[in-house]
Amino acid sequence: MSTEVKTGAAAEAVGRAPERDGLAPWLSRAVLRNGPLGGLIALVVVMAVLSRDFLNGQNLLNVGVQASVTAILAFGVTFVIVSAGIDLSVGSVAALSATVVAWAATGEGLPVWLAVLLGLAVGAVSGLISGALVAYGKLPAFIATLAMLSVGRGLALVISGGSPIAFPGSVGALGDTLGGWLPVPVLVMIAMGLVAALILARTYSGRAMFAIGGNEEAARLSGIHVKRRKLVIYALSGLFAAVAGIVLAARLTSAQPQAATGYELDAIAAVVIGGASLSGGSGKASGTLIGALILAVLRNGLNLLSVSAFWQQVATGLVIALAVLLDTLRRRSAR
Amino acid sequence: MTGVKDDVPGGRPLLCVEGVTKSFPGVRALDGVDLTLRAGEVHVLLGENGAGKSTLIKMLSGAHRPDEGRLLADGGQDGTREGLHEVHIRSAQDAERLGIATIYQEFNLVPGLTVAENIFLGRQPRNRLGLVDKKTMRTRAAALLRRVRLDVSPDTPVGELGIARLQMVEIAKALSLDARVLIMDEPTAVLTSEEVETLFEIVRELRDGGVGVIFITHHLDEIGILGDRVTVLRDGRSVREVPAATDEDELIRLMVGRDIAEQYPRQRPDEPGAPVLRVRGLTRRGAAAGPVFEGIDFEVRAGEVVGLAGLVGAGRTEVVRAIFGVDRYDAGTVEIDGKELARGDVRAAMRAGLGLVPEDRKGQGLVLDASLQDNLTLARLDRDTRGGLVDRGTQRREAAAVAAQLKVRMSGLGQSARTLSGGNQQKIVIGKWLLTDTRLLILDEPTRGIDVGAKVEIYQLINELTASGRAVLMISSDLPEVLGMSDRVLVMSQGRLAGELPAEAATQDAVMELALQAPDHPKSTQHNDESAMEGSDVH
Repeated sequence: MSTEVKTGAAAEAVGRAPERDGLAPWLSRAVLRNGPLGGLIALVVVMAVLSRDFLNGQNLLNVGVQASVTAILAFGVTFVIVSAGIDLSVGSVAALSATVVAWAATGEGLPVWLAVLLGLAVGAVSGLISGALVAYGKLPAFIATLAMLSVGRGLALVISGGSPIAFPGSVGALGDTLGGWLPVPVLVMIAMGLVAALILARTYSGRAMFAIGGNEEAARLSGIHVKRRKLVIYALSGLFAAVAGIVLAARLTSAQPQAATGYELDAIAAVVIGGASLSGGSGKASGTLIGALILAVLRNGLNLLSVSAFWQQVATGLVIALAVLLDTLRRRSAR
Repeated sequence: MTGVKDDVPGGRPLLCVEGVTKSFPGVRALDGVDLTLRAGEVHVLLGENGAGKSTLIKMLSGAHRPDEGRLLADGGQDGTREGLHEVHIRSAQDAERLGIATIYQEFNLVPGLTVAENIFLGRQPRNRLGLVDKKTMRTRAAALLRRVRLDVSPDTPVGELGIARLQMVEIAKALSLDARVLIMDEPTAVLTSEEVETLFEIVRELRDGGVGVIFITHHLDEIGILGDRVTVLRDGRSVREVPAATDEDELIRLMVGRDIAEQYPRQRPDEPGAPVLRVRGLTRRGAAAGPVFEGIDFEVRAGEVVGLAGLVGAGRTEVVRAIFGVDRYDAGTVEIDGKELARGDVRAAMRAGLGLVPEDRKGQGLVLDASLQDNLTLARLDRDTRGGLVDRGTQRREAAAVAAQLKVRMSGLGQSARTLSGGNQQKIVIGKWLLTDTRLLILDEPTRGIDVGAKVEIYQLINELTASGRAVLMISSDLPEVLGMSDRVLVMSQGRLAGELPAEAATQDAVMELALQAPDHPKSTQHNDESAMEGSDVH
């Protein structure tokens, strides 16, 4: 896979010492050579220069926490995008799953472990339904998951009656820290990232994702049950969304039916900034993590610099466009 | 002008390539290539796929730039040689300015625009108001169309034209540029024999008018008919320049770098084994026009190569796709070793020992941007999965072994399939089925667009397969290939099996007679307009 070649080149370039001919040309070369990772490093350097508060441990952990929900959602979306699909429903599914957990545990008095299991199942089933609409109903993924976006959000509002439900305390620990400093959301993000990397690189479903995204007909003629795989792919996306929803609710200490609105776009942006192609067949969990971190560093840094929320939106948009543009240039020059 | 075959034909040099080298990551595509094109000659560029022909012509049309060496043409500044100057061709516009026009295999035409608009795209004549002067454009286009003997109105949308006419529009476009150098990349690959004749007449006319033509073809017999000189490329080097009258065996030897003992090296078995595949009454009803195929009965025995001949559109591909479980069928049975195969289930067909190399290598056979290892092991992904994880080590070993067995020319298993030449790509698609327990390999047009050397390698592989007791069912429109490689030939005509011929009785005439047999029920004849079988008139 071309991604493996890329890793080799990146590792080589990282090992090289920066040449001493000014920051700007070094930065642009680093970005061009290493793609997403170079971009993240460049952004961190810029933020560190501009704000004294940026490069301290506590703030960097904050960045991690801010990235966690987006990253976990984006890992799930990576599966879908690698297989040349799209999932717009993950924000809604996250909110729905969290609402179900809170409703079951707080409202109905179910044991917390059962409530969490139920929440995860709701996420997976939502994905399964999207997957069935895509694979067997032959709906375009955009439409199927747009429908699920609306249905998921609606169900979350129905179940909660439109108001937040307190999150059970023991699950709420997911939003806390370990030993008073290490945020649990960051640990969950790392764990889910490793799971996503393992699925992509080493499982039947993962390898099938690349084949389906690269050439669906060739995959079918090689004996891969493309339709069944799509069910698995969208179900995984839903499952990851459920985990993200639970982590978010734990941080907020309540499940809010309107939580994670618009997060699906951040997740897609993270995947694409991370080097995946929307036309399928390429993508990596590490790239997606870097994409989510780039978005979080940008927001955090701009906050520290007291840039208004309105201008932050503008900056985020520019960074997304720039990241993908640079990646395109890099691939073209490598060809 | 072409009478002097032993001396250098043609006039003064138009274009010189001197010691040009070009590398891509992992591959040296060109390595010190020399080529001189003279006015008024047809210069054939000959080489196997991957020899560097495409890279060279892309360089001449501004898509690639040389790493080393130089290009000389009229219109540059320094480095004069025989009236030529060094030029740097950085873009298609630069090439156009130097009078170099290239006609690629994939046409650069806009389907929604008219013939006239395509010819003058970006260079439309303007009137005093700066608007496109449609009348002038149409008149000039009509004149160009007459020159290429194309009987269509300049107002016809290009999307309505067949492939042969598109080619002529491309040539008209090149003429409109007043090109002095015309590069044609396999222009005859898609043409029928009559169309080829017309094309040759036009090319000769241009040549006699002083144009230098670089002509790429895989059909060796065209070289003597049309060419003046031949430059042979092998592994990125220009091996030698020879007169076009050089005999075909010598050309093949130069191209491949060794003697090819026999073009169709089939070793027929003394006695075929037990039937592997038995097809009975296979039928698929189509739309109103009639069945896609109907009442197909045949069997394939172990150790046998069965050829499936017929015109394009006779239903051959549809039949093998149905057998392999890709498409459904309405009636009939498919048996493997006497056991009936489930319908529409590729996985079941694979488990029973079938493999299919589809006709569209890039569209159906390969995941182009995936690595060779991933492509080779795709069909055995489930088998390599243990305890939920894919065993990448086993995959690497298996892929490396089969790539070595098939002599795939690659920089490594991590290389993407897109960057391989056609012949090597086909080896990957076939290799995929060697890594599963395939006992009957179905090959649909296995050598289309593949050069001589790789073809013979694929034939040898077919021999190895059948020698080890496996069977091959081969669809091919290349008649000499079907006759040369098959132990039996089945001929399809309009969705039915028109007949079966043993190897001894299978001649071109006998096969064509069956292929053109009138059906015993009325059926649309939409496929018959371009009915010439590719192999019947060339090779």
